[in-house]
Amino acid sequence: MAKAELMNYEQALEKFEVVIGLEVHVELNTNTKMFCGCRNDFGDEPNTNVCPICIGLPGSLPAVNRKAVESSIAIGLALGCEIAPNGRFSRKNYFYPDLAKNFQTSQYDEPIAFEGTIDIEVPSGAVYTVDIERAHMEEDAGKLTHVGGNTGRIQGAEYSLVDYNRAGVPLVEIVTKPVYGAGAEAPELAAAYVRSIREIVKALGVSDARMERGNVRCDANVSIRPHGQEKLGTRTETKNVNSLRSIERAVRYEIQRQAHIIANGGTITQETRHWHEDRGITSSGRPKSDADDYRYFPEPDLVPVQPSNELIEQIRASLPEKPAERRKRLQGEWQFSDLEFRDVVNSGLLDELEETVAKGAKPQAARKWWTGEIARLANAEGKDVADLAITPADVAELATLVESGKINDRIGREVLQAVLEGAGNPAKIVADRGLEVVSDDGALQAAIDEALAKQPDVLEKIREGKLQAAGAVIGAVMQAMKGQADAGRVRELIIERANA
Amino acid sequence: MSELVKKNASELVELLQSGEITSVELTHAFLDRIEKLNPVLNSYLHVNAKEALATAVEVDRKRAAGEKLPMLAGLPIAVKDNLTTTDAPTTAGSKILEGWIPQYDATVVKLLREEMMPILGKTNLDEFAMGSSTEFSAYGPSKNPWDTGRIPGGSGGGSSSAVAGFLAPVAIGSDTGGSIRFPAAVTGTVGTKPTYGAVSRYGLIALASSLDQIGPVSRNVLDAALLSDVISGYDKHDSTSLPESLGSMAEAAKSGSLKGVRVGVIKELNGEGFQPGVKARFNESLELMVKAGAEIVEVSCPSFEYAIAAYYLILPAEASSNLAKFDSVRFGMRVTPEGNPTIERVMAATREAGFGPEVKRRIILGTYALSSGYYDAYYGSAQKVRTLIQRDFDAAFEKADVLVSPTAPTTAFKFGEKLEDPLAMYLNDIATIPANLAGTPGMSIPNGLATEDDLPSGIQLLAPAREDKRLYAIGAALEALHEAVWGKRMIDFAPEVKAGA
Ligand SMILES: [Zn+2]
Repeated sequence: MAKAELMNYEQALEKFEVVIGLEVHVELNTNTKMFCGCRNDFGDEPNTNVCPICIGLPGSLPAVNRKAVESSIAIGLALGCEIAPNGRFSRKNYFYPDLAKNFQTSQYDEPIAFEGTIDIEVPSGAVYTVDIERAHMEEDAGKLTHVGGNTGRIQGAEYSLVDYNRAGVPLVEIVTKPVYGAGAEAPELAAAYVRSIREIVKALGVSDARMERGNVRCDANVSIRPHGQEKLGTRTETKNVNSLRSIERAVRYEIQRQAHIIANGGTITQETRHWHEDRGITSSGRPKSDADDYRYFPEPDLVPVQPSNELIEQIRASLPEKPAERRKRLQGEWQFSDLEFRDVVNSGLLDELEETVAKGAKPQAARKWWTGEIARLANAEGKDVADLAITPADVAELATLVESGKINDRIGREVLQAVLEGAGNPAKIVADRGLEVVSDDGALQAAIDEALAKQPDVLEKIREGKLQAAGAVIGAVMQAMKGQADAGRVRELIIERANA
Repeated sequence: MSELVKKNASELVELLQSGEITSVELTHAFLDRIEKLNPVLNSYLHVNAKEALATAVEVDRKRAAGEKLPMLAGLPIAVKDNLTTTDAPTTAGSKILEGWIPQYDATVVKLLREEMMPILGKTNLDEFAMGSSTEFSAYGPSKNPWDTGRIPGGSGGGSSSAVAGFLAPVAIGSDTGGSIRFPAAVTGTVGTKPTYGAVSRYGLIALASSLDQIGPVSRNVLDAALLSDVISGYDKHDSTSLPESLGSMAEAAKSGSLKGVRVGVIKELNGEGFQPGVKARFNESLELMVKAGAEIVEVSCPSFEYAIAAYYLILPAEASSNLAKFDSVRFGMRVTPEGNPTIERVMAATREAGFGPEVKRRIILGTYALSSGYYDAYYGSAQKVRTLIQRDFDAAFEKADVLVSPTAPTTAFKFGEKLEDPLAMYLNDIATIPANLAGTPGMSIPNGLATEDDLPSGIQLLAPAREDKRLYAIGAALEALHEAVWGKRMIDFAPEVKAGA
């Protein structure tokens, strides 16, 4: 698995047009599975949330989860799709040990939702319209763990374990039409698109939408063709890219890799590829052709899904505010500049910010924490901010502590670090570690005395009007008190002394 | 032999209710006969003596205590071995499921337990119900009580031979293309395939999901009706089950008449290829019905010509997918090949060893029919034929209240006669398959012995979807005419089966 040769990105874009296509799987957070009454919770002890239906025992039959259908309709409507009056399930036939029946019950030629569009804003501020081809319902497979061998793959493993808790978990797969014209911004567009899908399903309340838990999974199709060429290039499908950052990187990598191959007279193999987060590369998976034969046919054990117009309109009426409208509203409420607001949106932190403000933080303070220190720490760990172990409530508490002067910014950053390390919520950490700023004059005066003793000329300078000279003393006091001094009060006391 | 076992179920129910016999006594009578004759007939793959008697004891205790009991409480029954039972192995006639004891009861089995009917055991069938003779059962064929050198029909030959041989008063069957009706015709019994969706399929090991339907196997029409009323009804576990009730079949059977009934004779099922004796008996029945006030009309169903071809595309297609789950991973047989086998090799070796030749033949056929590039030509066309057949039925039922045909072209054939010729075997179902393709109900009732071989023949009644009551009303009326002519039930003409033969 050697690192492939890559063409310089700018050069690749000069020569080629990029076409992307995205398939996003959203796992629904229904109480029960897609076709049986088992709990939809695959984090439990393996093979405890199973029954004759989801492990495919002979004679068992599926029955459609109504709630999952409603969630799927809500997703379809939020993406501007038509809802099929007569949606059908089909069987996708292939043998694999995680697939209990050796066919997946999915939708093929009659998906529940089709023909939608969504506007996606990328970090530059440009807006692209992405056409949605379809959103269809299907069931998840079980989870395989390969034991022995050293790759964690089925090849070379001594044996494999199957956990069917995940078998039959409801999924909605959202498929875009080919997306043209994003040029150099194609990778950003891919990530922004997935972020939007996440925002939407979260706002709809139909999915927990946590990428790190696989609630939202993305397969990215990438192909390139020389500018002006009509025929689409051969595409690759990079599977299961599970963070926004990785999506952007994987698409960029594929563009550069494919450009190098084509520019050197080679051809692209149509295949699935795996993204390796650690090395930042994709590697060849199995060859995939359009002729992959899953022998789809209509699922005879299920009747067509025929949502009534009333149901569709009822769901439409209860859809939450559209993301674009919501953004407009929030920017007004928070009085952020365009630049500030775009920064929040591009960081994918709108939900977090809204919740933080709702919990009592001032909008600017909330923004500074999320897009500043928290984003920096996430970046340093190569994670998405949303994946860090900190909640909006924590951040609101932190911001309020700073706002009220109980701690200063520097201590605030220390508290933040502690929260991420799992030491508890900010107030608890401040109390446990005695981090509250010292504003008790007695303690401060003592420290000032000590500092002035080493810098006797400071008071004189202040009296001469050189107020900045106080800085040196403040610094010494802060150092002596390990940063916990109330810097404002120290400054006041020094000036009082000078003028005494 | 205890004469008790020869009585109709409806009579036995009266005897139980009046306290003249106990369920334990009755259950023992059948268990004794099973012990004596099952080695000859091979009707049962598994006998559930202990559990059946436990139910019987419970029924007798409750009756003695004056508790209210369900209608058929205490009446023993046999269940085809493709329905899941938690207290007995369920094999579907296949080696691949040998010894498998399901974790759940089929809905129909649950209903039988709620009715407190002692389940005598599980009856034989062609492997996964693929066949017309039980010769494809992995556990050997069942024998026809009329002549143990002949087939009892299939796939439900275990149930038909049990009921015809008095090894059970009634039984449960499943009918995908005639698996209840053909065995009934060749054993002189009554077999009914209800409207698709009338009986829950939950727990029925699927052959072809869109064609399978569970139904009663009995010795007369009223018995079938009584059992039908127990097993029918909506089930949330089967999405294809009908939400509405089709009414009481027992009421229909008791109030049957032929007066003014328009009986449609299907032109396409009354021509070549039918054994002369079968045809002669069929025409006699038409005359009987006319005498009883019925009007005979000829109807044409031109698309029936394509029924077998369509059936043998749809069935294997669905079966190839339904049978994919038999892969050794979660249940059933596992064959581990030599060396360091991969999961694919274990699956392949298990399926190679576990499935019989007819099952493999149909899996291959179905896999091919669904392949991309062939789908439209095969599966797609077959679905179109299905629609055409439904239209033929619709048009025919404009002219007639019920349609009739001989159930099968011939009487019971000898073992081995059609084993090497799958097409000849498939042709047995020529008259029964259209009802499965259209989802409409059908019933076969005894229609006299064919003169050339003195073996039973059957007449099939067909009604529009959801009009199952017509079958019971008209079937019971015709049955009464027959018994008046014959002076006894047709099953009473059957020679006694010899033990240890
Ligand atoms: Zn389940």
